[in-house]
Amino acid sequence: MTASTASSGFWGPDLLVTAAGGDSASALLELGAVLLGLGLLGVLAGRLSLPGIPLYLLAGLGLGASPWFDTDPAAGFIEVAAVLGVVLLLLSLGLEFTAAEFSSAMRRHLPSGVIDLLANATPGFVIGWLLGFGFVGSLALAGVTWISSSGIVAQLLSDLGRLANRETPAVLSVLVLEDIAMAIYLPVLAVLASGGQWPRALLGVALATGVVAVALWLSARQGERVALAVSSQRDEHLLLRVLGLTLLVAGLAEFVDASAAVGAFLVGLALVGQEARRARELIAPLRDVFAALFFVSIGLNVDLSDLPPVLPAALLLAVVTAVTKVWSGANAAAREGAATRGRLRAGTALVARGEFSLVIAGIAAGVNDELAPLATAYVLILAILGPVTSRLVPTRLRPVTAS
Amino acid sequence: MDVTEVLLPGVGLRYEFTTAAGQRVAMVARRSGEIDLALYESGDPDECRELISLAPHEAETVAEILGAPRIAERFADLTKEVPGLSAGQVLISEGSEYDGKTLGDTRARTLTGASVVAIVRGEDVVASPSPAEPLRAGDVLVVIGTHDGIHGVERILGA
Repeated sequence: MTASTASSGFWGPDLLVTAAGGDSASALLELGAVLLGLGLLGVLAGRLSLPGIPLYLLAGLGLGASPWFDTDPAAGFIEVAAVLGVVLLLLSLGLEFTAAEFSSAMRRHLPSGVIDLLANATPGFVIGWLLGFGFVGSLALAGVTWISSSGIVAQLLSDLGRLANRETPAVLSVLVLEDIAMAIYLPVLAVLASGGQWPRALLGVALATGVVAVALWLSARQGERVALAVSSQRDEHLLLRVLGLTLLVAGLAEFVDASAAVGAFLVGLALVGQEARRARELIAPLRDVFAALFFVSIGLNVDLSDLPPVLPAALLLAVVTAVTKVWSGANAAAREGAATRGRLRAGTALVARGEFSLVIAGIAAGVNDELAPLATAYVLILAILGPVTSRLVPTRLRPVTAS
Repeated sequence: MDVTEVLLPGVGLRYEFTTAAGQRVAMVARRSGEIDLALYESGDPDECRELISLAPHEAETVAEILGAPRIAERFADLTKEVPGLSAGQVLISEGSEYDGKTLGDTRARTLTGASVVAIVRGEDVVASPSPAEPLRAGDVLVVIGTHDGIHGVERILGA
């Protein structure tokens, strides 16, 4: 009895009223439910050996369709979280690469990268044009179909134990080249999509490529010195400094219409060495949380009724660009001397499209109303189809139990 | 032994070598610190069979077994030739006051006369480190000096 008296005294009537009726309480409850749901979906995805992205998208679509959600307080937080998700995705992408890896990919696989671009961006552009998306919309769709999902593909190679295979450096090199090419592509698209003209877009590109060149040069020559500027002994300090710097640069980039994503990517590229390695590890869990919310918000913003009209186009696009990706991937693997099976493994591994297709669709969403639903349906198809087909490539190895 | 190094962008490095018994082995050193060991069954690097996956701390333990004692052993050979000189290893433990400080901060040589000739840090070895070399928890210092000198260094570093 004493305990209950004490506890009611502690909580007090005011606090109880606030907790029951306050906006922040219902926002927390909703957000908790969303995150918990995403966590369970992640487990489910793991069981099915699928990436989480398609399930998070579906969760967003489901939430968007449910009548009680759109006016609720958590939606506002998810919108902000989605922006942070994009920034963190691009920051960690920039942190992934070193100048040495980039130059190695350039030396060995520049032709593979060019073929990858021509084979996979062209169908997107043409179909976008035929659908009446106009130049900018078609350019965005070209990007959506061009870029494979580095996250899904790298995870897939690791899960299937293919890291030591002959074709793997080809697959990873194609991913590096695609990702670096984003540093040119994204600013162009961002400027054009926000209504800017070509001169301004070119200026944006010149600025971005200039920064990338300086960043790569710095990371090759003076990497440690740049890293010193943000270096700190404690994880907490490093994380706060890197995040702060990234958000500032991302904000500035957004301010000049070059998209926050580009700014974050450049910060990632400019950080190298020991600090980059630590930052990558520290940011990974944050990125995973906010990226998941980004995928949810993409789903939230797409009306379920918008999907059926774009479904035929998405299917056509998926089939065509799955085939072209297998072909261009096989071409890259051939450059490493891989035989037929290795080429097929490389090609099918690269089929998965994911986070960056969605980032691109997000940047250009205002250009055409059909773009976001189309990209969502397209990514849903290929994020599932890619890993599944890649598992189907026959292997010559005997199963472990038989040996 | 010939070791071929292949860069795996975004993942890490792959080392390939053939053992005396004729087995072709691949070792994927991921950036996260995980190590995968794989075997090319047919001898052809087209496909591999993954054998062992080591978490970072497991890989570190294996590296310590393979690495640090061997370096110390080599110095031990050297010290046999000079009477009174011996070699030892001192670990900078987790939570050590020198984690994050420099080698010079320990004033090990000034106080004990023993020299730190190498720092073994995971897979890397910093040979003949300067006083400005930063120390981190998990570093193994290879020390050369008198018996008392090495014990002195151990005392300073709290090992």
